Amino acid sequence: MSKYTEEQLEEELKTQEYKYGFYTDIESDTFPVGLNEDVVRAISKKKNEPEWMTEWRLEAFRVWEQMEEPEWANVHYEKPKFQDIAYYSAPKQKPKLNSLDEVDPDLLETFKKLGISIDEQKKLANVAVDIVMDSVSVATTFKKTLGEKGIIFMPISEAIQEHPELVKKYLGTVVPTKDNFYAALNSAVFSDGSFCYIPKGVKCPMELSTYFRINEGGTGQFERTLVVADKGSYVSYLEGCTAPMRDENQLHAAVVELIALDDAEIKYSTVQNWYPGNKEGKGGVYNFVTKRGLCENNAKISWTQVETGSAVTWKYPSCILKGNNSVGEFYSIAVTNNFQQADTGTKMIHLGKNTKSTIISKGISAGKSQNSYRGLVQINSRAENARNFSQCDSLLMGNECGAHTFPYIETKNKSAQIEHEATTSKIGEDQLFYCNQRGIDTEKAIALIVNGFSKEVLNKLPMEFAVEAQKLLEISLEGSVG
Amino acid sequence: MELQDKLLSSYIAFEDNVDTDSSVHEVRSQALQNFEKVGFPTKKLEAWKYTSLNSVLKQDYSLFPAKVEAIELADVKQYFIHEIDSYKVVFINGKYSSFLSQTTHEHYDVCLMSSALSSPKYKETIDKYFNKVAKQDNLTSLNTAFATEGAYIHIPKNTVVKKPIQIINFITGAEAATMVQPRNLIIVGENAQVQIIERHQSLTSNAVLSNVVTEVFADKAANVDYYKIQDDEISASLVDNSYIEQKSNSVVSVHTFSFGGNITRNNLNFYQKGEHIDSILKGITITEGKQHVDHHTLVHHIEPNCESHQDYKGIYDERSTAVFNGKVIVEKEAQKTNAYQQNNNVLLSDKATINAKPQLEIFADDVKCSHGCTIGQLDDDALFYMQQRGIPEKQGKGLLMFAFANTVLESVKIPEVKQRITKLIANKLGVNIGFDL
Repeated sequence: MSKYTEEQLEEELKTQEYKYGFYTDIESDTFPVGLNEDVVRAISKKKNEPEWMTEWRLEAFRVWEQMEEPEWANVHYEKPKFQDIAYYSAPKQKPKLNSLDEVDPDLLETFKKLGISIDEQKKLANVAVDIVMDSVSVATTFKKTLGEKGIIFMPISEAIQEHPELVKKYLGTVVPTKDNFYAALNSAVFSDGSFCYIPKGVKCPMELSTYFRINEGGTGQFERTLVVADKGSYVSYLEGCTAPMRDENQLHAAVVELIALDDAEIKYSTVQNWYPGNKEGKGGVYNFVTKRGLCENNAKISWTQVETGSAVTWKYPSCILKGNNSVGEFYSIAVTNNFQQADTGTKMIHLGKNTKSTIISKGISAGKSQNSYRGLVQINSRAENARNFSQCDSLLMGNECGAHTFPYIETKNKSAQIEHEATTSKIGEDQLFYCNQRGIDTEKAIALIVNGFSKEVLNKLPMEFAVEAQKLLEISLEGSVG
Repeated sequence: MELQDKLLSSYIAFEDNVDTDSSVHEVRSQALQNFEKVGFPTKKLEAWKYTSLNSVLKQDYSLFPAKVEAIELADVKQYFIHEIDSYKVVFINGKYSSFLSQTTHEHYDVCLMSSALSSPKYKETIDKYFNKVAKQDNLTSLNTAFATEGAYIHIPKNTVVKKPIQIINFITGAEAATMVQPRNLIIVGENAQVQIIERHQSLTSNAVLSNVVTEVFADKAANVDYYKIQDDEISASLVDNSYIEQKSNSVVSVHTFSFGGNITRNNLNFYQKGEHIDSILKGITITEGKQHVDHHTLVHHIEPNCESHQDYKGIYDERSTAVFNGKVIVEKEAQKTNAYQQNNNVLLSDKATINAKPQLEIFADDVKCSHGCTIGQLDDDALFYMQQRGIPEKQGKGLLMFAFANTVLESVKIPEVKQRITKLIANKLGVNIGFDL
């Protein structure tokens, strides 16, 4: 029988190096460092944006200048120096490509290392991939298939050119420019991202997917994603992130806005595996993301996330349940290791009648990491018969890590039904013993238990993505999964 | 003049009446400096996010109310648990009332803070315990700065206090608004046992603000059973800051019954400094009108093999608001900790609000910590069942609510207290429970 013990697992977790740390040497077209109105204008000009967009950015920038960085999160880090960041970097080659052959071979190599070769994805997974490499989309596939259905899926910079009326109508409606420090920063300087529009009554035939990567050292990544599902439509959107190894901290401040009109459904899944820093806690990505969705009548928004990377995570995918009978869901696995810090959770704002929300959050902490769940369930006085169920479970490995829970529950309506449960535990010795008794060695047993612990969330991922999620979980918890 | 300025400027007058050379006064002056720096809490502080004291602080309080003649026992008898024989430490407008009190120095000390602070006999104990566990935050510092009077209870080791001790603060409120700051110190020796009932009662409809600090030290294997009955007038506000330090094998339980009062804020803090400690925090809150009740609990698990049990039930009607913020911290040395926290709430009105924040901060891996928080309504089926059997709706609702709160009531160890609380609940819910416990 294997003598693999939890201590060994811990040891292994501690020493696990970031496997996907490599650096693609592509000449970048990078702006000088620093941020002022001229830089904002220059970004806008570079993107060939219309006047209203430039104004929108400048307004956001002016608001941002007045704002202070939030400090309430349970994370400690050296604050990024916003004037030392280059706010735009794009691969030099022109991004207008129609087939894979035109894509830079170096880039293709990068994706191969990540195990997400576009080729394979196209053939096997039937996934349309809008690859974002340092902010500019370089390959868009399956555009034709989507076009036939009237689905618009393109980089947001193109959407601003081609569908300005849609972008103008919805951009900033869920996450206003002055929403918070990082959202304002993003609004001012976002370089690219994805735009997706599903017309009335259309069920998107495939999973839409974007892979983000941060490639150029010292550049911040400011993605802007806008997904609009018109009445009665359905879309499942996947977002995956890995970043190469870097010594200095990199900033990632994305904004994702989802709008589900009447009877529409949006499923948004994220696998995030940015570089978490080395085992001394040096380097790593700062992930300060604002994600929010708006549900109209009978609409449904479902967030699923697997968070394994980043040195510091600050992320609260939220649902505003504005319409009657709307549904919000949040499923999350957050794995932290070494010196990683995660402060993540969700906000469910119940405004409409008969609104429902479900929160399932699983935190796994190892090494010297700190993992926090921070959530808000708010039932407003007109939200009759609102229903919420929240469950936050934490698994601790070793006594140098921490698990924290900060749930806020605010109720102003008597018909609300709210349940909140949280537990914290370690892998039980009796559970391990039970498995051992039945001939399952300790390593397998730990895998089994961790898998079971996260299953409720893993099950919510689309089939194609679940495989990748498993893979990414392995990176953080190798020896315990599979 | 703002209350804060008034308090600060009145300190010189206050110093005329106390021994400024004592070590205690150094503590006071330090606390005043601290209060001057931090001021009253505002909603900007995370711990006061849901509770605003603005309306309470606006009043022009008389800070050192004049001593009044003794009040008639018959008038206030109802506020005592008079069915049982007990020690009583009674204050009227913050001043000791010997007429209503029954103190003792036999076997143990059940007496006054003022005499403990001034008598050399107690100096050693005061130096050892006074202001040692209390947190140096805003309102506690304010209390410390003006600390002169309150209950002083010292139970030596291996002693069981024969009868419960009642600490009652009456306010007669001759002035338009009265502020009092009682300061209690309770030291329970090794293996000793004591039961305490605390109550703050206004006898007037004038505004009252009580800012109370109670420090409890439970030595090894001590057993402290503490009941706080908060059923004050609607014009009276209370900030109750309790700090409890426990040593190995001790058991301390605090029951808080919040039914009355304008704004009631309970800061209940437990610090576990030893192994095999059990801390029990329970509460029933029933509010109506524009009442506001805020329970802030902290259990700090510092050493291994300890337990904590929290169970708070709340029923909120009309425009009342309530807050439950339960914080459990488990330090990394505190392995094998079992911490349970339960918070159940029922809203009876659409205008009522509950803000709950059950918070866990855990740094140890081999622990069992769980919290559960629910907000819901009475079971319509159960109500229908009772109506079918001839129990009127109102009575049925009362029974259901009583049953809901009963898990907390079950652990009350003094039968007379249990009976009194049952009556208060029945009264508050406006139903006849129809049975005695």
